[in-house]
Formats: sequence, structure tokens, C-alpha cells
Amino acid sequence: MIVLLGVVVVILGFVTRRNPVLVVGVAGVFTGLIGGMNPLEVLAAFGRSFADSRSVTIFAVVLPVIGLLERYGLREQARRLIGRLGGLSAGRFLTVYLLVRQVTAAFGLTSIAGSAQTVRPLVAPMAEAAAERTTGAPLSERLREKVRSHAASADTVGVFFGEDCFIAIGSILLITGFVDSTYHQNLEPTQLALWAIPLAVCAFLIHGARLLLLDRQLQRDMALAAAEHDLPLPKGTDK
Amino acid sequence: MIKVEWLYWLVGLVFVVMAVQMAADRSNPRRWTSAAFWGLLGLAFPYGTGVANATAKNGGWTLPAEPLGVAVLALIVLAGFNFLGKGTPVTSTAEEREASATRLGSKIFIPALTVPLVAIVCASALDTSGLFETGKATLLGLGVGCLVALAVGMLVTGERRLSVPLHAGRSMLEAMGSALLLPQLLAVLGSIFALAGVGTQVGKIVHNVLPDHSQYLAVIAYCVGMFLFTVIMGNAFAAFPVMTAAIGWPVLIQQMHGNPPAVLALGMLAGFSGTLCTPMAANFNIVPATLLELKDQYGPIKAQIPTALPLLVCSTVIMAVFAF
Repeated sequence: MIVLLGVVVVILGFVTRRNPVLVVGVAGVFTGLIGGMNPLEVLAAFGRSFADSRSVTIFAVVLPVIGLLERYGLREQARRLIGRLGGLSAGRFLTVYLLVRQVTAAFGLTSIAGSAQTVRPLVAPMAEAAAERTTGAPLSERLREKVRSHAASADTVGVFFGEDCFIAIGSILLITGFVDSTYHQNLEPTQLALWAIPLAVCAFLIHGARLLLLDRQLQRDMALAAAEHDLPLPKGTDK
Repeated sequence: MIKVEWLYWLVGLVFVVMAVQMAADRSNPRRWTSAAFWGLLGLAFPYGTGVANATAKNGGWTLPAEPLGVAVLALIVLAGFNFLGKGTPVTSTAEEREASATRLGSKIFIPALTVPLVAIVCASALDTSGLFETGKATLLGLGVGCLVALAVGMLVTGERRLSVPLHAGRSMLEAMGSALLLPQLLAVLGSIFALAGVGTQVGKIVHNVLPDHSQYLAVIAYCVGMFLFTVIMGNAFAAFPVMTAAIGWPVLIQQMHGNPPAVLALGMLAGFSGTLCTPMAANFNIVPATLLELKDQYGPIKAQIPTALPLLVCSTVIMAVFAF
């Protein structure tokens, strides 16, 4: 039972917001030692499992390619491509983004988008603009936060439940690496990726539906706010 | 036959070359420790070949694992006490990028799409050709894809200097910092947990609670366990070895004859639902809130929980129905 204290170390480390690399290192050494290994065995365990999990870090070879393309305007061109999808409501726009993010991640292109690369400069402002265009009034502070939060969620859900359909992604490699080294079986990455597809579809249906419902919520909330404050109704509601 | 270890040497070489660039970069205030970190990481890749040979007993030259363990601890100290710095990125201006985006148009997507296309071709068409080490065609496809994409990229953009992609890649490496190493370290932590018997302990607890031969309850225990453990650890990669050693492999696969790819893939995805709900997964949930300047740090998590819970149900149901 005492080895479960290693889990406690991880929890404490993250709750007190220590450097995650340090937390992981301390928890590893601590768990090994209280689990009855001597210091040399702990070192050997670190070395052996590091060697076995090298495949997780292999994606670093793609960085020079992406770096080169970004220097030559990959993001700018992607922005133009997405810019052609204007004229949508916030919910529909974010649903399209969710789909694009899932499909590209399923082809291994996880790093062409992200909260820093696309959500902040592109997706969130476009979603806000779309929401203001369809409801015909400026967003309140609360609704603006809501739209931004949903923009972030579309990106995260999209990449999480898209990337596992790609065979050379970290999580698939981790599963095969772990099973190969622990149980001496040879798992086929393609099989694992195949089983990720049904859940990718579920994720799109569930999160897509919620993003579409966001439009109605925004309409209702803004009409309510307008009525409560006895303000003139937003343009277009008299249709 | 192309071996997967060659790809690891290539990755190691890329890290070492970038470490040399960092050591020469005077704009980086911590250039020596940064270079030490990435150089050491680079050398750990070929050294790992000897350690892996010793573990797998598949012949070839062998090396002891302990020195590599010391190197990993040194990496943890360098990254954990903030010895990693950034240089000023050598890059193009916004105007230059706009201009080249106009010039190249959608041609710029071709090299980006080359990587996955080559990987998929290698994994499907060339898997049985004997060109690649058995069972490693996908991984090697990624490596080959990157090399081909780099050549295609230089052709499409008209770039002639190989130093340009290397500098650009190094800037991305510096920006990611120790975040790049964290997934691998979490995998190490997971296997140490497994070695120390954390999985067995969790398994015992689960075993005492679970009625025998109840397949549905075992599936629920694995999926919900992956979910909860991921919420605590902040990463499904750390939860996976523990929960798989506790329930996934011994109970669901060995005892109840579940289909291994289905059980393991869906188990991992149940963990991903957990990642959507936890502030521990700072890079996915807290960093976007900061980037988007939200007052409520938990805004993205609140937007994700109503999706994550039904998805947990979906993965559990799909596993229960189709994996056995």
C-alpha cells in the first residue's frame, strides 16, 4: 500500500504548482525507493524506461520542416484559407473549425494549429465577430468569455479526438511501446488508430452539437439582456 | 533493412546539432546550460540503443542502463530548476511572410501534407516489403516522411540553405523547452510506478471491490479509473501504464480475452476525457485561458466538461459492446 504515496507526491507537486519536470523526477525516485529498489536499480529503471520510450519524442524531427514552412508564411496562408469561411454564425464557424482540427490532426498535422498559433489570433476573434454579426449587438463581458472558452474547447477537443486516428502520434506510440516492452507483444499501430475512429465521430457529434447550441444560447441571453435593461432590441430581431 | 534505431540516431543528431547552435548563440542568456540539456538529450538517443539491446537481449552491442539513468536525472535537474533559455529567433518579418504566402499560395501546404502521406504509404504499402524493420514501418515512415518533406519544402519555397530549417526548428525547440520532454518523462514515471507495484496495488484494491467475472464492471473500472487517474496526474500518458497494469491487461485482456487494440485505444481515450476536465493539464486548459485573457481561469474546462462526460460514457459503452 505504501507505494501509493508516490501518487500522493504527484498530486501534491501539481497542486502546489511546482515545475512538472521536477515533480515527475522526484515522484519517480521516491516511488522507486519506497517500492523496495536500491538506488542503482532506480537509476537503471530510469535509464531503461527512457530508452524504451524514445519513440514518444521522435516527433521532434518534424520541427525543422514546420519551422521552414512557417518562415515562408504557412500560418498566413492558413489564415487566408480559413478567412474564406466568413459569413457563418459563431457556433457554425466553431463546428467547422472543430472538424478541420480533427481531420488535420487525424493526418498527423497536430502542430499546424493550437491555442497560441490559431485560437488567439484567429479563431476566437472570428467567432466573436460572427456572434456579434448574427445577434446584431456587442457581446457582454460574460458572453465574450463564453465564446472565447468555446473557441479554446473546439481546438482541444478536436486535437485530442483526432490525433489518435493517426498512427505515428505520441499516444499511439506510447501504447505500442508500453505493450511491446512490458508484455512482449507486437501491437500494430494501425489497429489502435482504427479503434480511435468511432470515438472521434462521437466527439464530433457531441461537441459539434454543443457548439451549435451555443448560437441559440447567445441569441436568448442577448434578447433577455436587452429586454431586462429595456434597451432597444438588437437589429434584425423584428423580422 | 532500415532499422528504427537509425531513426533514433537521426533524432539524436538533430538535437546535438541544435545544441551546438545554441552554444554559439550569444543572444541566449543561458546558452551553456541550454546546450548541455539538448546535447545530453541528443546523446541519450544513440546510447539508448545499447540499453534497449541489453533489455531486449536481441544481440548487438549493449550498454549499462545506470549511466543513462544519471543522464535523465541531469536532464530533470537542468529543466526542473529553469536552466533552459531562449535565444532571439532568427526568422522572417510579418511582411516577408505575407509576401511569400501570396507568392506560394496553397503550394505551401504540399510539404506539410507530405509527412503524413509518406508515413501512411510506408505503413500500408511498404510494410510487408522487407524494407523496414518488422512492425516499425509507421515510425520509420514518419522519419522518411520528414526527410522527404524537408526536401520538398526547400524545393517549393526555393530555400537553398539547410541552416534555415535547422534554425527555425531550434527556435521551436527553445520555445517548447522542457514541455517537449515531459511526455517521455511521464512515460518513464508510468513504468517506474508499474515496476514499484503501484498498478498491482491499485489492481488489488479494484479486485477486492469488483465481483469476479463481471466483465461490464471491469470495463467501467478501467475506463473510469483511466479518467480519474488522468484528472489527478494531468496526463493520460502517466495514467495509462498504471491502469493498464492494474486492470486493462490482466483482467480485460488476459482473463476476459478482450481485443487488445480495442481495449487499449479506448482506455487511452477515456483518459483523454479526463484531460479535458483537469487544471493539472495546464498546457491544454490553463495556458489557453491565459492566452485568451479570460478572467475565469476555468472557462475552457467549463466549456469542455459537458463534452468530456458523455465521451467517457461512449468509450465505456463501445469497449463493453465491441471489444469482447
